[in-house]
Amino acid sequence: MFYRETGQYKTNYGADEQIFPIRQDRIGVMIILAFAYLAVPFIGDDYWFSAILIPFLILSLAAIGLNLLTGYAGQLSLGSAGFMAVGAFAAYNFMLRIEGMPFLLGFILAGLSAAAVGIVFGLPSLRVKGFYLAAATLASQFFIEWVLTKFPWFTNNSASGVITAQKMVLFGYAFDTPMSRYLLTLVIVTLLALAAKNLVRTRTGRDWMAIRDMDVAAEVIGIPMLKTKLLAFAISSFYLGVAGALWAYCYLGTVEPQAFELTRSMQLLFMIIIGGMGTIVGAFFGAAFIVLLPIFLNLFTSTIFAGQVDPGMLSHLEQLVFGGMIIFFLIVEPLGLARLWQLGKQKLRLWPFPH
Amino acid sequence: MLFFIEVLIGGLLAGVMYSLVAMGFVLIYKASGVLNFAQGSMVLFAALSFVSILAMGAPFWLALVLTLAIMVLLGVVIEKVVLRRLVNQPQITLFMATIGLSILIEGLGQMIWGSQVHGLDLGINDIPFNFYGVFISQFDLFAAGCAAVLVAGLSLFFHKTKIGRALRAVADDHQAAMSVGIPLKHVWAVVWAAAGFVALVAGLLWGSRLGVQFALTLVVLKALPVLILGGFTSIPGAIIGGLIIGATEKLAEVYIGPYFGGGIENWFPYVLALAFLLIRPDGLFGEKHIERV
Amino acid sequence: MSVQGNSILTVNNIEVIYNHVILVLKGVSLDVPEGKIVALLGANGAGKTTTLKAVSNLLRAERGDVTKGSIEFKGKRVDKMTPPELVKQGVIQVMEGRHCFAHLTVEENLLTGAYTRKVSRAEIRRDLERVYAYFPRLKERRNSQAGYTSGGEQQMTAIGRALMAHPSMILLDEPSMGLAPQLVEEIFEIVRDLNQKEKVSFLLAEQNTNVALRYADFGYILENGRVVMDGKAADLATNEDVKEFYLGISSGARKSFRDAKHYRRRKRWLA
Repeated sequence: MFYRETGQYKTNYGADEQIFPIRQDRIGVMIILAFAYLAVPFIGDDYWFSAILIPFLILSLAAIGLNLLTGYAGQLSLGSAGFMAVGAFAAYNFMLRIEGMPFLLGFILAGLSAAAVGIVFGLPSLRVKGFYLAAATLASQFFIEWVLTKFPWFTNNSASGVITAQKMVLFGYAFDTPMSRYLLTLVIVTLLALAAKNLVRTRTGRDWMAIRDMDVAAEVIGIPMLKTKLLAFAISSFYLGVAGALWAYCYLGTVEPQAFELTRSMQLLFMIIIGGMGTIVGAFFGAAFIVLLPIFLNLFTSTIFAGQVDPGMLSHLEQLVFGGMIIFFLIVEPLGLARLWQLGKQKLRLWPFPH
Repeated sequence: MLFFIEVLIGGLLAGVMYSLVAMGFVLIYKASGVLNFAQGSMVLFAALSFVSILAMGAPFWLALVLTLAIMVLLGVVIEKVVLRRLVNQPQITLFMATIGLSILIEGLGQMIWGSQVHGLDLGINDIPFNFYGVFISQFDLFAAGCAAVLVAGLSLFFHKTKIGRALRAVADDHQAAMSVGIPLKHVWAVVWAAAGFVALVAGLLWGSRLGVQFALTLVVLKALPVLILGGFTSIPGAIIGGLIIGATEKLAEVYIGPYFGGGIENWFPYVLALAFLLIRPDGLFGEKHIERV
Repeated sequence: MSVQGNSILTVNNIEVIYNHVILVLKGVSLDVPEGKIVALLGANGAGKTTTLKAVSNLLRAERGDVTKGSIEFKGKRVDKMTPPELVKQGVIQVMEGRHCFAHLTVEENLLTGAYTRKVSRAEIRRDLERVYAYFPRLKERRNSQAGYTSGGEQQMTAIGRALMAHPSMILLDEPSMGLAPQLVEEIFEIVRDLNQKEKVSFLLAEQNTNVALRYADFGYILENGRVVMDGKAADLATNEDVKEFYLGISSGARKSFRDAKHYRRRKRWLA
């Protein structure tokens, strides 16, 4: 009885075209946002902000980016961390080399640079599909890593390849406490997530899904393959680029190309699959799962086996459980946490009544 | 010119080592359409098990037999516990499951056998010998010999035995295979066991080359461009793809690399494979994929 | 309907649901008498293939499920058996659209049919020769890849492959699909031959009512997942309704389309 959409009549086009057409969803989103903006800053501490919430938000954003490409447009990519790296290093170089560049503009330019690189590496998708494409996207992963480590210009001739993010100052306000960086991240992620949610129900989003479901059929009904696929790569890479810049500026502070290795790409892929392919909310679920699981595992194993087993053993045990959990999840709910969420909402229609 | 030939031969022989890993992928992909990312950790697991059993004082042949048994068991368990429950799922889900699997196997292997680096000596001299002025690594030659035997063995298995024929039948058409009474589950278990065997061979050779350590799992990344180039479904493709990748990679490293400051071997094979893909989207030997609306 | 002799296959009021929601068969019952050919007729989507797959249990792979009723083969319940077990029992299906193993040679295709049998090489050789005796064409093409043979040859390969399992009953799905009329006759001649010489019972699903009724002993007509008519093939072939709806022979004066539709709807409803 809590999630009933009956009786909500739409009397104008505006109401019918809202991003969240169901009132309970709107209220739910409002509550979550209010909580995130108004309550969390007061109840969270620095550890929560900088070790859990900020990476969670940034990874959610990256997962949304990958989900647009893989979940919506159906182009499997194993090189997403490479685009994050492009974003991080582009932001750094724009702010380094252009005097007085506002950091927000730097982030946007970072996203755009990543989008440009994404288009280039998206070109093979016009010709190859499936795992062949997935393996081809690995090329971007390794190539970008190599370029960033091999050419010292990108790291401003830093000997170790590590860059230190510049200060973020907006109208004289410096974002230097974990809480302020949390809020900054939250604002950017909120805006981009809503934009993505809206994007996938536009014509572009529908074109992507048509290509995902069957690209030959999509092409013969007149969806331009070149434009649509490359647009998917561009927008997805934009999101990843911004996420990469945030990763460097709001999360780590200092960053090296190795922060965006293949394992990161795999992590993002796990997020969208465990969260739910082709859903925006799934990206958040997936990111929460991937960020929190190791923390819980760590807590769990260190309290149970503390002192009895050596730490090397523990980390292997964690690895074992992590791998096992992923397989378990895929077997139990191949459509991801977003699907469970949806089923839960359907249950709420009747609950607590039997029918 | 002599130097060129030396680099070329060195590259070709190194390529054979890539093919060994790629073959494990092809086996599983062909029979069940799963791109098994865990192949690399299976290679590590095999090598780790082997050296650890050796270290317990077992003779070489016993260690070999025991490891083989372990790998076959591992393959069968994977099929029974994981893949059987994921039948009918989209390919990407299966792929992700194998990534999960690779994390799990890495953890498991290092938990059981420890994570220190082991040396592995197969008793083959790695002294290059001189062949008309060209130096060739004996070890590489031995590895190439192993690969050749393995390929010959696999192709005999596929073409001359009843179960091999059933395997190819399943690869061609699941449903029809089921309709004539071929039990898919047994066949998949056999495929995984065979992939375990290939992983063992690759693990021994790679392990004695690099030392048995975590980095062995990364051979997967070397095998992928070989697969793209040769096609995911072809054993000869895996061999020829390996040769091409090995040779061009070494040549590029020697002749082009210096202009970029080296270190291009990570991405060069991928770009090369991509270039091939633009001409042949299903790889050199991959089965033609026919799409209809 | 009353069937003379013992029936080798009995299907009792089965219901099949795909994907937990799509109800395809709504209580189908039929009987195949030992050593006879029974034709399953009906339009596209009537449930012919589903019925066959329910018997051979290939449904599971397509997320289909037999939710009600029972299937008995030689008096034994078989509805929970896996396809390999069924093949060992002697029931084998030849799937619609031939489904040869394209990259295997014709001979290898035939050999896969003997997968479930544990017999000597010599015996398998003998069976192979027996199949070649029925399909001389296959012997000529034995070493070519099945994918490169013609449609007719592929159909023969598929039937021959089933024969290698020594079945006592073959479920034959749409053998005429995509074949020239002459070839269809040839295939059906062989089916009759196999039936008479090897004592193999057949349950065959066909769109080509005309040919099917000529070769079959009995027929069932399915519509929308229900059996709407059954009887001896000869009786069905002379039945006015069958003639009109399936054979395209109208009796006497031309009817208005409206009447015909109405009549047909009533018929269906009655069943």
